[in-house]
Amino acid sequence: MAEKAVIIVHSGDIDKIYSAMIIANGALSMGMDASLFFTFWGLERLKKNGLDKGPLSKMNFLGLGKWMIKSRMKKANVVSLERMMTDFKELGGKIIACEMTMEIMGIVPEQLNREWIDEYGAVGTYIMEAKDAKITLFI
Amino acid sequence: MAETNIDVRGQTCPVPLVECRKALKKAAPGDEVVIVGTHPASRKEIPMACEAMGLEILGVEEKDNEWKIRIKC
Repeated sequence: MAEKAVIIVHSGDIDKIYSAMIIANGALSMGMDASLFFTFWGLERLKKNGLDKGPLSKMNFLGLGKWMIKSRMKKANVVSLERMMTDFKELGGKIIACEMTMEIMGIVPEQLNREWIDEYGAVGTYIMEAKDAKITLFI
Repeated sequence: MAETNIDVRGQTCPVPLVECRKALKKAAPGDEVVIVGTHPASRKEIPMACEAMGLEILGVEEKDNEWKIRIKC
């Protein structure tokens, strides 16, 4: 069995979503398995058209900071989150959506990008996923 | 025995690694994957990924800011 990286995506901030996706795709590229557990503000990013809608975690300045960072990323040729998600799925990455968050925030599966989601689960699912993982992160 | 060529010149992290992995996944045992790029860290990290996956590096060429890595599946 391949080694595994499991990341809890708790934040919905765009810079942190970038970190999570880059690390997850990096793990898959190095031959590991990778799973992303989306919970709380992170789960908002699984909503349809929601992946890049989060604010910047610092210096967002009502969206001005985010706009600046995005334009700098474009200049540096950083690919979109949508593209990273497509690559993640193509390389066999697994997405788990937190059911309790869905209940608290009143999110129904129809609002989410269901084609990305492999499993809906709670803490037990995360523990089973992470107990043998080589890398676990909380972002 | 097939050869796949990938061009990731101008692409940055994590695209060179990801594109390399995507090509390796599609290749059959014995095939060769040749990847050219300019991202400095990937020049080191693609061989690291190959080592982790037990794949053989057949050669690394470098010219100016460009590198070319040949991998055997």
